[in-house]
Amino acid sequence: MTTAAATAGERKAKAKPATMAQALGRALRDSMADDPMVHVLGEDVGTLGGVFRITDGLAKEFGDERCTDTPLAEAGILGAAVGMAMYGLRPVVEMQFDAFAYPAFEQLFSHVAKMRNRTGGAMPLPITVRVPYGGGIGGVEHHSDSSEAYYMATPGLHVVTPATVEDAYGLLRASIASDDPVVFLEPKRLYWSKADWSPEQPTVVEPIGRAVVRRPGRSATLITYGPSLPVCMEAAQAAVEEGWDLEVVDLRSLVPFDDETVAASVRRTGRAVVVHESTGFGGPGGEIAARITERCFHYLEAPVLRVAGFDIPYPPPMQERHHLPGVDRVLDAVARLQWEADN
Amino acid sequence: MTVQELPGAAAYRPTPPPAWKPLTDPAPLLPDPEPYRVLGTDAVADVDPELLLRLHAELVRGRRYNAQATALTKQGRLAVYPSSTGQEACEIAAALVLEERDWLFPSYRDTLAAVARGLDPVEALTLLRGDRHTGYDPRAHRIAPLCTPLATQLPHAVGLAHAARLRGDDVVALAMVGDGGTSEGDFHEALNFAAVWRAPVVFLVQNNGFAISVPLAKQTAAPSLAHKAVGYGMPGRLVDGNDAAAVHQVLSEAVERARSGGGPTLVEAVTYRMDAHTNADDATRYRGDSEVEAWRDHDPVQLMERELIARGLLDDEGVEEARAAAERMAASLRERMNADPVLDPMDLFTHVYAEQTTQLREQADRLREELAAENDQHGTDDGGAGR
Repeated sequence: MTTAAATAGERKAKAKPATMAQALGRALRDSMADDPMVHVLGEDVGTLGGVFRITDGLAKEFGDERCTDTPLAEAGILGAAVGMAMYGLRPVVEMQFDAFAYPAFEQLFSHVAKMRNRTGGAMPLPITVRVPYGGGIGGVEHHSDSSEAYYMATPGLHVVTPATVEDAYGLLRASIASDDPVVFLEPKRLYWSKADWSPEQPTVVEPIGRAVVRRPGRSATLITYGPSLPVCMEAAQAAVEEGWDLEVVDLRSLVPFDDETVAASVRRTGRAVVVHESTGFGGPGGEIAARITERCFHYLEAPVLRVAGFDIPYPPPMQERHHLPGVDRVLDAVARLQWEADN
Repeated sequence: MTVQELPGAAAYRPTPPPAWKPLTDPAPLLPDPEPYRVLGTDAVADVDPELLLRLHAELVRGRRYNAQATALTKQGRLAVYPSSTGQEACEIAAALVLEERDWLFPSYRDTLAAVARGLDPVEALTLLRGDRHTGYDPRAHRIAPLCTPLATQLPHAVGLAHAARLRGDDVVALAMVGDGGTSEGDFHEALNFAAVWRAPVVFLVQNNGFAISVPLAKQTAAPSLAHKAVGYGMPGRLVDGNDAAAVHQVLSEAVERARSGGGPTLVEAVTYRMDAHTNADDATRYRGDSEVEAWRDHDPVQLMERELIARGLLDDEGVEEARAAAERMAASLRERMNADPVLDPMDLFTHVYAEQTTQLREQADRLREELAAENDQHGTDDGGAGR
């Protein structure tokens, strides 16, 4: 892949529409090709290629021992991955769905997150735990949870979530290369989102922990991540008609949290709305709003607002559109940012 | 197609489910009906006397270690100590059957196994002293961190053994768990993974009769804990856990089986926790003296000592020698545990991530300022009252 000399024009000409699912699969493949210590394990990841086909072709290319169909037991999978990492491997674990990762929480919280700390740095665990998360795909019960707050509240874990095809590749490669454990949250309703992206072109592997401004604006900042980024981009587009020029920040990494980018944006705009699918109470938005208030209090023209999922168990698919934050709910929140005070 | 369309009712014969066949023959997996013993039986004649003497010396040392660690709790030098008094045969044998390249996965009650494997007792006890979670480099000693959440270290042993085999290394993992731990989901998942992967792992269950206060009868309805192996497709072995020669033999066979590609084994060692769960527990609330006394007659140190004396392999002088060596270990441990550990509060932030996050750097700065303020206060006679 020595195409660094290719011009931007050539790159664009070569790039074909690729899905986030394809970019994730390519990131796994390239990581396995670059480092023989990288092993993929999980339920149905081998012959089938995963229920979302993210691991398609890996078992064929690298063999069953590098891409392993395990027994159906999430604590066992992650616990085995701990032992594999103790012996120098770099396991990438697939949890089939957000809610199916819960049996592995004890391994994740008591061992994966703490092993570096409890061994005084002697035994870090370079494990990547891939978790498809979030709703909006018409999934029945237990297939649509937004579980990020649990992971964020656990010191020792990195929590990363891409919202674009390019980031899916770059962030997954960075996660696998990280010497710390990473919970890699994949927004499953964006699996089939497309962008002009070619794996044959050099792709930036972003360091974990940097947010990015997806749309610059002057009126207010929408802070979001993962599945809610397209919602916020659409809302920002619609807001132009209302006379609002909204900035959109894609966090990409919930832990470590990029206070610098977020605070710089809010200081510019003076107003902020945090948007996510996760429940509002005890959800990531509360932490983010508090951090903004601590850092930007004198710049704020209005309280930091949250647009989140309701504080309810994830609803049945025929009702989910009422639960998920949509464009209108985001715009309603923007309208409540005390604009009258400007006059 | 309906039943009526079949060519005559007489031709219809039900058939077995098409894909079914037995995966494993259960007969060779079943444990013996009674715990296997060596001491006091003819089998002892086949054991190398050097091994018996080594086991005796380690048992005496182990008993003394347990007594010293318990004493250290009373002197406030240990926050807590879960004693393995009465279980020394299991602890010692587990350590001695392993090669240097093998890995041991102990629970919090198994510091003695770590010490018998060669770890400095002070390093083994830092968790229980409360100065650091793990007092040693696990990779340097091939001893996993002492594990407190029950049975959660068993899948680690499976993964490590599996990884070693994938990398072409001849490494066996031995994982230790108690009777209570066999009720945990991770016990089940670890055994299942080990059997499916034919991982070179040995699971040692020390059935010491109690999970804190709950007796085995309230823990399981299985014929024995060793029988649980059969359901996973691995052999189960039942052994007298106070007979060090028997535990050593059964574990050695299991290690050899794992090493030669034969897969995992579950060993249930029947033993007894002579002390309370920890120094903070009161065993009189859930068991009677007569039960404890019955086990005192089946003490692992005494069983070995009597056997060796009866066989003329050990005399009073030999016993004295073993005790003197144990005393030296205890004196050194006592002396070194009486020193206050030197701790740097800033270490709290050092090993959370490979690179400190901005947030942790800020919090470390805050603590540093607090410590500086504390030092300033202590440095002036008014103790800060002047503010």
